[in-house]
Amino acid sequence: MSDQTPVRSHHRLRFPNHSVAGRAGASFKPEHLSAIAAETAFEGFFEVHAENHMGAGGAPHAALAAIRQRFPVSLHGVTMSIGGPQRLDPAHLARFAALVERYEPALVSEHLAWSTHDDVFLSDLLPLPYTRETLDHVCAHVSQVQEAIGRPILMENPATYVLFPESTCAETDFIREMARRTGCGLLLDVNNVFVSATNHGFRAIDYLMDFPLEHVGEIHLAGHDEQFDDEGRPLLIDTHDRAVADPVWALYDTVIRQCGPIPTLVEWDNDVPDWSVLRDEARAAQHILDRHADHYLLGKRHAALS
Amino acid sequence: MPPFPERLADPHERFVAGFSAPLLDPDRATPTSVAARGGGPADRRYAVYRNNVTTSLADALAGIFPAVRRLVGEEFFSGMAIAFARAHPPRSRLLFEYGEDFPAYIASFEPARDLPYLADVARIERAWLDAYHAADAEPLAAQALAMIPPDDLAASVFRPHPALRILRSRFAAFSIFAANREEGSPPAPIRGDVPEETILTRPGLSVTTRVLPPGAATFLLTLVAGEPLETAIGAGFIDTAEFDPAAAIALMLETGAFTAIDGHGTPPQQVTGIAT
Repeated sequence: MSDQTPVRSHHRLRFPNHSVAGRAGASFKPEHLSAIAAETAFEGFFEVHAENHMGAGGAPHAALAAIRQRFPVSLHGVTMSIGGPQRLDPAHLARFAALVERYEPALVSEHLAWSTHDDVFLSDLLPLPYTRETLDHVCAHVSQVQEAIGRPILMENPATYVLFPESTCAETDFIREMARRTGCGLLLDVNNVFVSATNHGFRAIDYLMDFPLEHVGEIHLAGHDEQFDDEGRPLLIDTHDRAVADPVWALYDTVIRQCGPIPTLVEWDNDVPDWSVLRDEARAAQHILDRHADHYLLGKRHAALS
Repeated sequence: MPPFPERLADPHERFVAGFSAPLLDPDRATPTSVAARGGGPADRRYAVYRNNVTTSLADALAGIFPAVRRLVGEEFFSGMAIAFARAHPPRSRLLFEYGEDFPAYIASFEPARDLPYLADVARIERAWLDAYHAADAEPLAAQALAMIPPDDLAASVFRPHPALRILRSRFAAFSIFAANREEGSPPAPIRGDVPEETILTRPGLSVTTRVLPPGAATFLLTLVAGEPLETAIGAGFIDTAEFDPAAAIALMLETGAFTAIDGHGTPPQQVTGIAT
């Protein structure tokens, strides 16, 4: 695990130094703010999409400050376009760094994906072939982000719907090399693994066995939709609009049993339910973290999957 | 000039250019770079990305322009939003900034020609979200004017709140906006051809919208342009003899339209108490 330093030690904390270790959290949705304010028992953390808080002021900042005061926060970037060939947008990078500075998040993450071409923002996490050229660009971009914020980030594995014959290595090899070259940590999205495995006909457990789990600093869980591809085979879509599916829980349980209590976040971004529903999903993850916590104490933290 | 930009020599650049182009153009074929497992057709697979892009942009517009959506219905709005997204994809990575040119697009959108007020309703909704995200600032206190020596009042210059927006319409855009912004029972009939001017402010965290009395928009816009109070009052009267300066000044204080008073004789503490 890449232990992210919550804040640089030389500057004064604006917010309490809440620890995210061993905790399960949930996506922060503004419509849940008052329900969360009334919450007394929840001990998890919240993840916000960085872009939603990149305005100059107003309610989004007030809400994030209120949440950050009581809970650990994970800052999750969506639109940096790290997986694209073009240089990172300096204005966006500056906004991202300003949020890290201002809110002192426990975790900071971005995606192995791209979303901007020329100056057009395509508003989706788009896939990339895994080649020497794309690896060079991704590593340069990850390093640039880490330099701008003064700490490592966690990079998330994608959910994908197509393959690229021009790829010259496996996704897991690409990710391992990215982590090695940049020192970044990893955000393992177990639902993405299951979605991609189903879509491309490999076993999720094989992917996890190849995945550099020792660098994982956060796990994502989410719900997916099921459609069909051109040949009538299941095509899973990473929709974040429902509860986590049973096979994803099973994979998650396997990962935690082997790796110990990695901070885990349940994402829910569309058709958002009442806070109590999302909280119960986070509690289900917490239950699994707690059940396997003794493995961690016994030092089995980084055992390989078997 | 080379036949194509030099950077397209980079395979990653070439891939991204090829993958991007069909996302917002349904007439373009699936890129040749993509495949399904086993090498079969990948049209439906690539279509997931086409759908994600158009749906997320149309959903963003639906969130920013709920009154417009209610006025035209879900299906009409979705068609108009997707057509707009394909013609005018966002240039900003912040979706809450999207749709600045959506009102102009609506104004020229042939199927919406029977709703001539629709573009102005959209302008109010776009301004609403700008006000929502604007920088925080403490509005001018109600007593602030009373603290200015009477001789200096006429020359006083007011600093606008970052959230302040003023819009003019040849139609009853404010009434139509206000009646359709929230879901609920159908509004009482509104006479659409009555010109209305709208003010949006955000004294705290909530956006406030109000219709302005005659001449007040001219008065306020003159102040926003940095002219002194005296000039703004004169401009209000030039606009309309119905202009009521006392009511306009009261409204500007009530709504939190300004944050500070500059100009002659301003006590320094009036300028320093601004949150940034």
